[in-house]
Amino acid sequence: MPERTGMEVSIALSEAVKMCKTDVVSAYPITPQTHIVEHLAELVADDEMDAEFIPVESEHSALSACLGSSAVGARTFTATAGQGLELMHEVMYIASSMRLPIVMALCNRALSAPLSVWCDHGDAMSIRDTGWIQVFAENGQEVFDMTIQAFRIAEDADVLLPVVVNLDGFNLTHVVEPIILPDQEQVDRYLPEFHYPYPLHPDKPVSMGTYAPPHLYIEVKKAQDEALKNSKQIILKAWDEFRQIFGREYNPIELYCMDDADVAVMAMGSINETVSLAIDELREEGLKVGQLKLRLWRPFPHTELREVVKSLKTLIVIDRAISFGGPGGPVCSEVRSSLYEHEGMPHVIGFVTGLGGREVKTSDFKKMVRKGVEQAEKGLEEDYEIVGARE
Amino acid sequence: MQSSEELPGWKDFKPGAVVTDAGSARSYKTGDWRSQRPTYDFEKCIKCGFCYLFCPEGCIHVNDDGFMEADLYHCKGCGICAHECPMHVVTMVED
Ligand code: SF4
Ligand code: SF4
Repeated sequence: MPERTGMEVSIALSEAVKMCKTDVVSAYPITPQTHIVEHLAELVADDEMDAEFIPVESEHSALSACLGSSAVGARTFTATAGQGLELMHEVMYIASSMRLPIVMALCNRALSAPLSVWCDHGDAMSIRDTGWIQVFAENGQEVFDMTIQAFRIAEDADVLLPVVVNLDGFNLTHVVEPIILPDQEQVDRYLPEFHYPYPLHPDKPVSMGTYAPPHLYIEVKKAQDEALKNSKQIILKAWDEFRQIFGREYNPIELYCMDDADVAVMAMGSINETVSLAIDELREEGLKVGQLKLRLWRPFPHTELREVVKSLKTLIVIDRAISFGGPGGPVCSEVRSSLYEHEGMPHVIGFVTGLGGREVKTSDFKKMVRKGVEQAEKGLEEDYEIVGARE
Repeated sequence: MQSSEELPGWKDFKPGAVVTDAGSARSYKTGDWRSQRPTYDFEKCIKCGFCYLFCPEGCIHVNDDGFMEADLYHCKGCGICAHECPMHVVTMVED
């Protein structure tokens, strides 16, 4: 029987990677991802996990090694954070363009300078357009579940795309949470063996990542874009089957108190738990406010978003990243452009907050909701506001 | 370049544009990059093979008469063979 165990989330994630019978792990340790890599290295060294652990000299090498192992058809995992992701950057595009279903845990960390090891989503936003499927977890159980789902989605013959599972650095990686560990039999039922359709093999040579002159490149990119967009159907199917086997439900946007809401707060990651507390308190004060937790970041769930916001007057979007000199936080500006050409959509108000690990309290979110509602009524003063920076 | 009717559409690619035919670079017509082509005065040729070794395209082969000559499907007209030939056998002309 599945048991509920107190466990650090990084350890739980590593156990999920083990239960997925991962063949190859290649990663370079970096705060706050270190516990994942250390624990996986231990599992391999102690023969508890039948995998190759490839120690490398940098993150660029880590992801490059993953390309090779995924290309031969090995189930492949890596993990990184912040600056480590930046060093992987060029290889990110290659993994998705070559359609290699690598799974990465990204322990979200603010980017230097100034040097910070603490959480925000600046790193995740820097890889927004690299063509990976990208999901955000809110708590430890979701991190565990979404790691298993990630392999299932990535390796589906109709997807074949790498997946990033985002988990907030420290706020998730280093906290001990109750985790329901499934039976191995359940994981095996959910996750079939990996069969890459065109593996590198001397008996049947293939060339990957070949040269494409101008008369071929755009066709290949269009095919890649279609593949990422179409992956949503497989993601929904994979989540549905997950619910059937494990009993927990996953949706592109999770709803809280949305039935009669005319204001909603949208956020990604672990701050959603604090947002929920703010919603509860605001409800007690009589405000009809709800919450939208954006789980699926790529492919962006446009239709689901329009459906859930159409009865709202105001939508407040919280970003944990800045687009310097741009139209607002990345999530807010995408939400706005997704709704812009459609009738009857709410006002969209953007707040950027929680940068570099700054704590955002329930009372802060309550202030943002009140301010957002006011701004929606009066009209926008500015495209976005950075909340929490002292004058 | 091939006409657009012969070129693959976006649905024609395998995932990741993986190429499953070994040695398929052979079918890629680098010859259409060319603005000049090599011509030969084989009477002066000493069959030293410099042109063969230096050709970046690897497109020089031994013809029926035993002389080294470019395959124009792949020759991109760089003129390196003409530059390297010690006997001035090769002359580049407008294509
Ligand atoms: S012109 Fe260049 S490509 Fe053509 S045969 Fe000579 S060296 Fe080779
Ligand atoms: S380099 Fe000149 S002399 Fe030597 S084989 Fe080629 S054509 Fe003949």
